[in-house]
Amino acid sequence: MKISPSKLISLLFFIFSGYYLYTAYQIQVFAFDENAPFNAKTFPIYLGFAGLFFSALYIILPETNPTNVDLRVLDYKKTIGLVILMILYGLTILRAGYFLSTSIFLIASYIVLGERKWIWILTLSFPFVAIFMYLLHGLLNIYLRDPFLKYLGIMG
Amino acid sequence: MIEGILIGLQTALSFKNLMMVMIGCFAGTIIGMLPGLGPMTAIALMIPITYGFEPSTGLILMAGVYYGAVFGGSTSSILINAPGVPGTVATSFDGYPMAQQGKAGKALAIAAYSSFAGGTISAIFLLIAAPSLSLVSLSFRSPDYFGLMILGLTAVAAFSSKGNFLKAMMMVVLGLMLASVGQDTLSDIPRFTFNNMNLSDGISFVLVVMATFAMTEALTLIFKAKDPTKAAKDISLSQLGSIKLNKIETKKMIASIPRSSVLGFIIGVLPGAGATIASFLAYGMERNFVNDEEKQKFGKGSINGIAAPETANNAACSGSFVPLLTLGIPGSGTTAVMLGALLGFGIQPGPRLYQTNPEIFWSVIMSMYIGMVVLLILNLPLIPYIARVLATPRTFLIPLILFFSLTGVYLMSFNNFDIYMMIGIAVVATFLRLYDFPMPPLILAFVLGGLMEENLRRSLLISDGSWSFLWDRPLTVIIMLTIIGIVGWQIKKKFGKKSV
Repeated sequence: MKISPSKLISLLFFIFSGYYLYTAYQIQVFAFDENAPFNAKTFPIYLGFAGLFFSALYIILPETNPTNVDLRVLDYKKTIGLVILMILYGLTILRAGYFLSTSIFLIASYIVLGERKWIWILTLSFPFVAIFMYLLHGLLNIYLRDPFLKYLGIMG
Repeated sequence: MIEGILIGLQTALSFKNLMMVMIGCFAGTIIGMLPGLGPMTAIALMIPITYGFEPSTGLILMAGVYYGAVFGGSTSSILINAPGVPGTVATSFDGYPMAQQGKAGKALAIAAYSSFAGGTISAIFLLIAAPSLSLVSLSFRSPDYFGLMILGLTAVAAFSSKGNFLKAMMMVVLGLMLASVGQDTLSDIPRFTFNNMNLSDGISFVLVVMATFAMTEALTLIFKAKDPTKAAKDISLSQLGSIKLNKIETKKMIASIPRSSVLGFIIGVLPGAGATIASFLAYGMERNFVNDEEKQKFGKGSINGIAAPETANNAACSGSFVPLLTLGIPGSGTTAVMLGALLGFGIQPGPRLYQTNPEIFWSVIMSMYIGMVVLLILNLPLIPYIARVLATPRTFLIPLILFFSLTGVYLMSFNNFDIYMMIGIAVVATFLRLYDFPMPPLILAFVLGGLMEENLRRSLLISDGSWSFLWDRPLTVIIMLTIIGIVGWQIKKKFGKKSV
């Protein structure tokens, strides 16, 4: 039996709703609130049932507008490359600081997407981030922790 | 009242306050254009600056920032499909497709004219009807609000689902589920936090909107880059097109302005409803008003599809000041920030504000109109320059969208956990979008989740756990019947078609 991708997503959502509902029932409420008409787990329980209801309906009912996507033409390589870069950005931002990690993230992203105009790559990385940081830090007084710039003595 | 208006005009037209309106509108437009930095952030950033000002000057500046940021948000919705604020999500339904067709200039011009018209008409409404309109909002009770929110969600699901209501309803539920993460507002009991401190405050709106719109848009652009049928074209500046509207286009735009202004203003007056519901409802209403030929264009670059939400969200901005100024109840998250600022000035908004501080009450109302004029003068000539962002090659544009998204979220918490969560949500949302699971219902549900639970809580507690509150009051019954009508219409659509 062949199942369409949309129905497969609905099946996953059905399982997710079931888990959500189970977790909603596990929410600890105060003893005096246990039998109240409304407590902290009432709304999530309704939501869990609503999720089960709509996803079950989608799985059971015939599809009127099935979505067909040709998976062979999707560019997985670049997409996964960018997702990995974003994860690495998250890993480095607190250690290396905003300036260095953001500039390197931008340079790496341009390269992953196939850009080779180095003047623009370099302009739209370090100087661009520096100007943006000045706007945030210098003009709007939004403090950005940056160990790298602190080490260089540029930021306090 | 006349005396009050004159006092307001005198205050608003002083050189200092005029400058504040202009600076506010300009700063708001720039900040609002950046995905992730919406009016709430923009106004919050202004609060420390305004403490040195007189209360009326500070409020005028913040009102200018508010309008500017709403307009700036619609600009980024149209150009890069990255609404910085929920109130401009509906604008992206038709604004972005129009930009992709090479008519970005027209889309931006329609947004500018509609914003101006909506804001102006509602400012006049506000001037005339502020005192009596507060009575209308007083007649709405928790069951009505709860019903109104379900109506908003059902309507959004119905018209953004591309023919698949159930997919949209699943997204509504997912949005509400995401909103339920964090501490319960009343009891502070943690829910779905899995003992993770980073989740105890819930998931931020900016994170979800950036993940499901800006980041997903960027990832989809790369993902589909090889697809000859679906790849987005590289946009060049030549595709910006003219900002001039022809007679037919102007006629279409003008037709939608009055009804969307009235709807937007009324929705804006209701505390908690605000620009988001107004824009979505106006979009849905407009779709029902136009003929079948025009209806087919919705979601593909319809003029009415841009004019209606843009008119309504600006009208709702003015409307949201009614409960703030007359009742002391913020009509939206943004006016809640303004309420905080007012309290900081030592001013308690409420029915007595007329008598105790007439210059504040009326000058804010008058500066709204001046703000609208400034926005039109400032934004329309700048459209060709603003639209230059379209000329950026995709190899630069995509990383820059990701950069603004990541920075917007990082600035909210300075925490890399939020970055990981955003990447996770964006990856899931990219796959969902690939199979036509719509994101706007998810966003609206996420925004309304807390309010919906709060109103359901009050309704159930008042009725002692009985669901009879849904048919106890005529107003609630009307709202519920409208919801049943929308669901019935969707069922008819589903089973009226030939199944595969």
